[in-house]
Amino acid sequence: MEASADIAPKVVKDEKQYSYLNLGPTHPATHGIFQNVLKMDGEVIVDSTPTIGYIHRAFEKLAEHRPYNQITPITDRMNYCSSPINNIGWHMTVEKLLGVEIPKRVQYLRVIVMELARITDHLVCNAVIGVDTGALTGFVYLFQQRELVYEIYEEICGARLTTNMGRIGGFERDFSPKAWEKINRFLHEFSVVLKEFENLLNRNRIFMDRTIGCGGISAERALNYSFSGVNLRAAGVDYDVRAMNPYSSYEDFDFIIPVGTNGDVYDRFMVRQEEMWQSLSIIKQAMQKLPEGPFHAKVPEFYLPPKQEVYNNMEALIYHFKIVMGETDVPKGEVYHCVEGGNGELGFYLISDGGRQPFRLHLRRPCFIYYQAYSEMIKGSMLSDAILTMSSMNVIAGELDA
Amino acid sequence: MMEAATQEKITSVINEKFEGEIIEAGMVKDFFTLIVKKEKIVDIIRHLYNHSETKFQYLTTMFAVHYPDQNQIAMVYQLHNLATNQRVRLKIFLPADNPTTPTLTTVFSAANWMEREAYDFYGVISEGHPNLKRILNVEDMLIFPMRKEYPLEDQTREDKNDLMFGR
Repeated sequence: MEASADIAPKVVKDEKQYSYLNLGPTHPATHGIFQNVLKMDGEVIVDSTPTIGYIHRAFEKLAEHRPYNQITPITDRMNYCSSPINNIGWHMTVEKLLGVEIPKRVQYLRVIVMELARITDHLVCNAVIGVDTGALTGFVYLFQQRELVYEIYEEICGARLTTNMGRIGGFERDFSPKAWEKINRFLHEFSVVLKEFENLLNRNRIFMDRTIGCGGISAERALNYSFSGVNLRAAGVDYDVRAMNPYSSYEDFDFIIPVGTNGDVYDRFMVRQEEMWQSLSIIKQAMQKLPEGPFHAKVPEFYLPPKQEVYNNMEALIYHFKIVMGETDVPKGEVYHCVEGGNGELGFYLISDGGRQPFRLHLRRPCFIYYQAYSEMIKGSMLSDAILTMSSMNVIAGELDA
Repeated sequence: MMEAATQEKITSVINEKFEGEIIEAGMVKDFFTLIVKKEKIVDIIRHLYNHSETKFQYLTTMFAVHYPDQNQIAMVYQLHNLATNQRVRLKIFLPADNPTTPTLTTVFSAANWMEREAYDFYGVISEGHPNLKRILNVEDMLIFPMRKEYPLEDQTREDKNDLMFGR
């Protein structure tokens, strides 16, 4: 019998007990199909493993098997909060490959539509940030305004959410007087509602306490993660494709690119808020300066002829047939075109081997690239902050998973 | 459009440290494109990242392309200098049977998922990648579906029997 063994202190293994929480894939607070397996120490997130791809629809593969005009509806389904930007970005990519000169009026009309789309995208995101911080009122007000924009889309192209708007070379028809009336009504009403929304949240003590310093990222890390759009600008980098590589006559308009400093939820919110005002101003400028002219370029190989001509005119009939059957050959080439989408630099990398379908279409989807920083951004924060961070990053599942 | 002087500068920055690595350089539409040898691609990108005259510190995108006729897979890297607004595209060609390239995650964190995507769809193996597994497709998939030999529909499936749709 040896007493010393009992006296010796017992070695207690000090191992923390972590719990694992499965956030998603279909959780109402994640606004889309995202799964994150969170390693939690109490309510603090220690680590997270994101899984994506739940709504992968093989857009890049699909695009290799479709004629060019039939790829437009695929682009709708990426960032469905601002489909017209995707549509028009794709049209412009093909136009760049074809080397088509686009009439000034088309470019201005496109700017108007794209800025409307940017407003809807930003307002959905900002309204949802409000909801996730517990302020449902602003959400309801802003969604009424989104409805007005969708009515404008309806007037322009007949669809609301997945718009399939325009054609390669321009628009399928000119904006009707009714459409202009609706745009004017929206411009008038929205500025009032947006002001009210700002009064609700911008300097709201509860909202500020909740969002300032939450989910931040430094400019260096943001650049290393190839952030773009609002998320990058909120971190303090003034990169906006509209200003750096102007497309569709953005150089004609006068607008400010707002930047934040901390890259946190509040900065992202405020940058979006200011961008909506800038978009309103761009739309007004475009409407004032709107030149007269045709509403589409002369690309008969891609532009459906008027129906009455199809029945009487041989040429029109041939083009009609070729477009509908997808038998239009496209010149060989390789282009990259990017537009400022609702949540960042939306790029189309198109390789054509001279056939009727693209040889390869790569979609640079801003969400896909910046969502990988999410794990890093939520490390050490509370669970509720993680949800807020995700909604403020404007991650759209459709775009993420392609 | 990039001026000839800028193009000259980029090629000379690469040549000063990596002589003979550039196979081809020139404008493709409006984009300055360099085709380089595959072995030192990451070192070249790191050099362009650090060099005071280029400072390409933003990875716009990176993806693979399959060329079945040459039995090659191309990796395309697009870099951007946000201060001077210059863009450059680098391309390497890998054999399609064994596409292996060093990982770019040591330079750009953003390369992580892009490389996983290239692996998922084309089977490009990035050596040294922290977590190289499929990202958008199911993990037990056996093929690399974006390669040209695979048609749009999954021909290996046996649970569907609708002959009307060409399976």
